[in-house]
Amino acid sequence: MKTMKLALAALAGTLLASSALAQDKPKELVVGIATFLSGPASVFGVPGRNAADLLIAEINAKGGVLGVPLKPVYVDEGAGTNQLLSEYRRVVQEQGAQVMLGAISSGSCNALAPVAEDLKVVNVMWDCGTQTIFEDGKWKYSVRTQAHAGAEMMATLLYLMKVKPDFKSVAVVNQDYAWGRESWALLQAGLKALKPDVKVVAELFPKFGAPDFSTEITRLSALRPDVVISTSWGGDLDTFVQQAAARGLLKQSTFVLPLAESSLERLGNVLPEGVIVGSRGDHYWLHPKYKSTPEMQSFVKAYKDKTGVYPIYPTFHMQQALTGLVKAYEKAGAGGKWPSKEEVIAAFEGLEFKSLTGTITIRGDHQGLEDQLLGTTKRVPDYPFAVYDKMALYPGKLVTTPLGEKSLDWFAKVKPDLVTDKSIETFDYAK
Amino acid sequence: MLLLAALDGLAYGSLIFLVAVGLSLIFGVLGIVNVAHGSFYAIGAYVAAAGVLAISAAGLPTWLAFPTLLIAAALVGILVGGLVEIALLRRVYGKEEVLQLIVTFAVFMILEDAQKVVFGVQPYFANAPMNWLGTVEVFGIFYTTYQLILMPLVAAAVLLGLRFFLRRTSFGRAIVAVTQDREAATAMGIDAARVYLITFIIGASLAALGGALASATTSLTPGIGAGTLVLSFAVAATAGLGRIEGAAVAALLIGLGRSVAVYFAPEFDVLIPYLIMMLVLLVRPQGLFSTVQTRKV
Repeated sequence: MKTMKLALAALAGTLLASSALAQDKPKELVVGIATFLSGPASVFGVPGRNAADLLIAEINAKGGVLGVPLKPVYVDEGAGTNQLLSEYRRVVQEQGAQVMLGAISSGSCNALAPVAEDLKVVNVMWDCGTQTIFEDGKWKYSVRTQAHAGAEMMATLLYLMKVKPDFKSVAVVNQDYAWGRESWALLQAGLKALKPDVKVVAELFPKFGAPDFSTEITRLSALRPDVVISTSWGGDLDTFVQQAAARGLLKQSTFVLPLAESSLERLGNVLPEGVIVGSRGDHYWLHPKYKSTPEMQSFVKAYKDKTGVYPIYPTFHMQQALTGLVKAYEKAGAGGKWPSKEEVIAAFEGLEFKSLTGTITIRGDHQGLEDQLLGTTKRVPDYPFAVYDKMALYPGKLVTTPLGEKSLDWFAKVKPDLVTDKSIETFDYAK
Repeated sequence: MLLLAALDGLAYGSLIFLVAVGLSLIFGVLGIVNVAHGSFYAIGAYVAAAGVLAISAAGLPTWLAFPTLLIAAALVGILVGGLVEIALLRRVYGKEEVLQLIVTFAVFMILEDAQKVVFGVQPYFANAPMNWLGTVEVFGIFYTTYQLILMPLVAAAVLLGLRFFLRRTSFGRAIVAVTQDREAATAMGIDAARVYLITFIIGASLAALGGALASATTSLTPGIGAGTLVLSFAVAATAGLGRIEGAAVAALLIGLGRSVAVYFAPEFDVLIPYLIMMLVLLVRPQGLFSTVQTRKV
């Protein structure tokens, strides 16, 4: 009888152990992805989802992550923060997501970081730009696989100083929400440090989604600033450029549009030569160093076949978030066992991985270091839209606020020698 | 400076007037606050843009874009507006206002999604008509002829046309009669159901015309209907719901107010339409141009 009990206990133990192992290595890795599927920002969110669908299919075709296929579950950021938060929780708690990719809006990222801590879920900030998130808070479970606004605005400032050092007046037309205000605050702090004599002649903040910029354009036409900066994006940027071009403003001032990579194809022949454009990173499907790599060519073809257009920066951000995630799992699971969420997050720290363009490094504060590519528009017969020329590639380490410092403070003490730093590579457009 | 601001206000106000006057007309006759009005604007814009892009793609002359804008507005008004009135709205006439609001809001949500299914989320550009008309120079500042001259002309034509239609044509008078007293008008042999349908189609077509005209000046993205709806509500409420001439004055007032704000206090430019509305409603809760309603015994 005693032998029988022992045998049963052993059998039960074996079953429990195998059950635990089965739990450890799931049948699928559910990845929740927060992106704008509705509202004006869906012009960025849907390309992000398209890229995710494409890339996850590729990852799964190669066997998934450590042999586990990914299963995406999408959450709509456009439904508003409250709805996003409850959907985020639902996807983690009811659908068993071990990883969440959230989000596009900085407001969403700020709201999601504490929830991710509460749920103890790996939270990859795949697109949002606010620099304050890891400067003002320390989040164990959140990580950002791309640059922040500080790096993007510093590179913009350095490029402007390089290609048009003699400007004397500047005006800004930014969307009236956190991104528009914060990015201008950074640029303004940097301008004061690098060019204290520059005169800011207008600070215009039309509402997010404004359909008409006529009054702003009239005012800029009357003021005639040397430089007009707009960190707007999406339909707002397209509308502003379209209306400004129709009234000749783009030829009157030098335009600086740090997010215009995502509008180049849509703007077609509207955007003239001589406009300074950026990519929120070094994302550009015609990147001078990487446009001919098999990975880039394959991605561009697959994306264009699927959507009919060339990839824009949210698609690249999605690519590097998923690549970083896979690399972090591989690093954490190098011993052969399925890693815990804590091990995955720990693996992100110091992780280096290749994106479709440059190499991303995740710092100890969970902030990604990413190169920044800017250029000046040029018209070429190869494409029915403007392309980058006179490009400058700024290393992530050079333009990212040092660890432990706050971006606004760092911008205020930036020195002019940064403009000509030897680590900055330059390229012209080449077919 | 004030003159430049006034010119911007004129162009902006003209567009808002077209949408607001449709909203006002529908409320004046049907007594319904039509939240779906923003969708008619958006769908009008998308259909017009699709038509203009098709003309460009086919290599047809650009001037054809102008009749296309009108045809698009009429089509959306008749097909979408007519369908909404026949299938849904006539079931809620005379019911509680909150039910009417819920129904039109539901239509708005459904049409927003339908619009994404049909047109996708990529921004649409159809600026050929605006560029074709070129620019005019005022004190060294270039304006597009389309925004500075064509849009105010269309708005003025709509205002005068509506006045003529309502006062001088028999069907227009029938509409006014139904507005004054539906029962009496019906007793006199006026087909109130037909009046409601045609009025709703005219109102929806005006919203769609606003969208069609705007499609040449702006990029079309999901959500354009909501923003315009809110602004046209502000105009209609400032004027007094149901007041057609009042909508023109209120649209100009709000357009001018916004332009002046961008010039002299940019931080108030988003607030100014609602500030004007609030100030007007504090002094005249029924709106600038409303008259006191007589109570029926």
